[in-house]
Amino acid sequence: MSVTTAPAGRGAMKPQATGPRLYHPTVARLTYRALLGRRRALLLFLLPLLLLVIVSAVRALAGADDTTANDVLQGFALSAMVPLVGVIAGTGAIGPEIDDGAIVYLLAKPIRRSTIIFTKLLVAVGVTMAFSAIPTLLAGYILNGNGQNIAVAFAIGAAVASIAYAAIFLLLGVLTRHAVVVGLVYALVWEGVVGNVVPGARTLSVQQWALAVAQKLAHGDVVSSNVGLTTSIVLLAAVTAAATWFAGRKLRSLKLAGDE
Amino acid sequence: MTTISIDNVSRWFGNVVAVNDITMTIGPGVTGLLGPNGAGKSTLINMMAGFLAPSNGSVTLDGEAIWRNEQAYRQIGIVPERESMYDFLTAREFVVANAELHGLPDPQAAAQRALATVEMEYAQDRRIETYSKGMRQRAKMASALVHEPSVLLLDEPFNGMDPRQRLQLMDLLRRMGAAGRTVLFSSHILEEVEQLAHHIEVVVAGRHAASGDFRKIRRLMTDRPHRYLVRSSDDRRLASALIAHASTAAIELDLREDALRIQAVDFAGFTEFLPRIARDHGIRLFTVSPSDESLESVFSYLVTA
Repeated sequence: MSVTTAPAGRGAMKPQATGPRLYHPTVARLTYRALLGRRRALLLFLLPLLLLVIVSAVRALAGADDTTANDVLQGFALSAMVPLVGVIAGTGAIGPEIDDGAIVYLLAKPIRRSTIIFTKLLVAVGVTMAFSAIPTLLAGYILNGNGQNIAVAFAIGAAVASIAYAAIFLLLGVLTRHAVVVGLVYALVWEGVVGNVVPGARTLSVQQWALAVAQKLAHGDVVSSNVGLTTSIVLLAAVTAAATWFAGRKLRSLKLAGDE
Repeated sequence: MTTISIDNVSRWFGNVVAVNDITMTIGPGVTGLLGPNGAGKSTLINMMAGFLAPSNGSVTLDGEAIWRNEQAYRQIGIVPERESMYDFLTAREFVVANAELHGLPDPQAAAQRALATVEMEYAQDRRIETYSKGMRQRAKMASALVHEPSVLLLDEPFNGMDPRQRLQLMDLLRRMGAAGRTVLFSSHILEEVEQLAHHIEVVVAGRHAASGDFRKIRRLMTDRPHRYLVRSSDDRRLASALIAHASTAAIELDLREDALRIQAVDFAGFTEFLPRIARDHGIRLFTVSPSDESLESVFSYLVTA
């Protein structure tokens, strides 16, 4: 090995002066490649595929029907697929890096922790939207050809839910090593069962907030939500902002303990 | 000239004290942080690297706190002990990403320089997941050197390296120290530290046990009382002959083991004296075995010295 470097403290390697920014393209690239390169990314493809298979079968058996379209998009796409994709993308955007210690290479840089979190959030939101909102749109078209604007309404509902889910699950990825398990329990038990059955819990369900958006966009009264549109939008924004802020704060004091 | 100051630093995890009121200054040149496994070396390095807040005291880089100070990383390069990197990247992609994260003006050129420094150009386009341990270590080194930091922190860098890789890395670190950088590496192997570091800090059970150049530490280690277990053809006669000599501090006749337990104060004197006295008295030595040569016992002696 030879050292070709000049003595320490020379000026040639002065980094570019950069002001505080919220997005870092290198963090985004690493996150995106890590997210889609891991085995669990297979699930990202399987879930939408399953939705498309189901809706194709439903369409073939039941024909085009608005109520059926609503039932399937709400019952599977919005209440199961979107949160599950959110769990995979949200926790996967940071959890594995914290678990295996590779996050050191991001943290030991002159980059604000909030920039790291916000960039990872953007990637998680993008991936969740791509693997949930787009398949939902396609599924809606297959089910009833976007009758009553249902396909577009649910796709936008799924996109809105993607933002909140990505933020919640990203936070979980920072908070706990068992983010996937906790995320699954939340997605399936709270959003899937409690949010659908227990009246009070419905107000605190991302799914219901997304439904309120879909209800506004769909024609007629096929789609219905238990929560008002304004409340839903305020809660969606509040949850997303709070989760992101808290994740940034936790990352700032994340302790990377050694093996001792 | 960059200096890391550790002032009255303690760190505890729940009820466990990992680092106990340590004060030391790490200046330019190569410093070895020596101590047995679990002594608190990684905790100390993690605090110097800004990955862990001290429970008490302060860790500063040229007077500025390191914890929660991202700007400190412009001057610090870190080689963590853990293996994980972004294994799906090639070494070149990985080092370029590190250069970009540092905001360097020409990340490609900086990465190329760093990879050349650690002689990894030949494998730079292979994915890291295909690398041997030594190659990973060099990729980590390249990522730590890419912004030409004035401080380099390495946690057990020689673990799992073969002798050739070890010598190469030692050579590199030595040159970096000679160039005026502040290089700190941890190790639990005295010989490793002795070969490389001009200055040694010894940490045992979370406490700062010794500090100085390696000759001083080595002397402390060899001058400590040594314990031996000796079996001979006539233990009692041997005991009476040995106790008369100044190099022997205490002798116990262990009837159960049918042996002598001897505590020697002068290592060199005792090892010369014992065979001579046995020969002079016509006593045959069957067993002479040091009973406290483990590194832990050496270190724990240092704590009380």
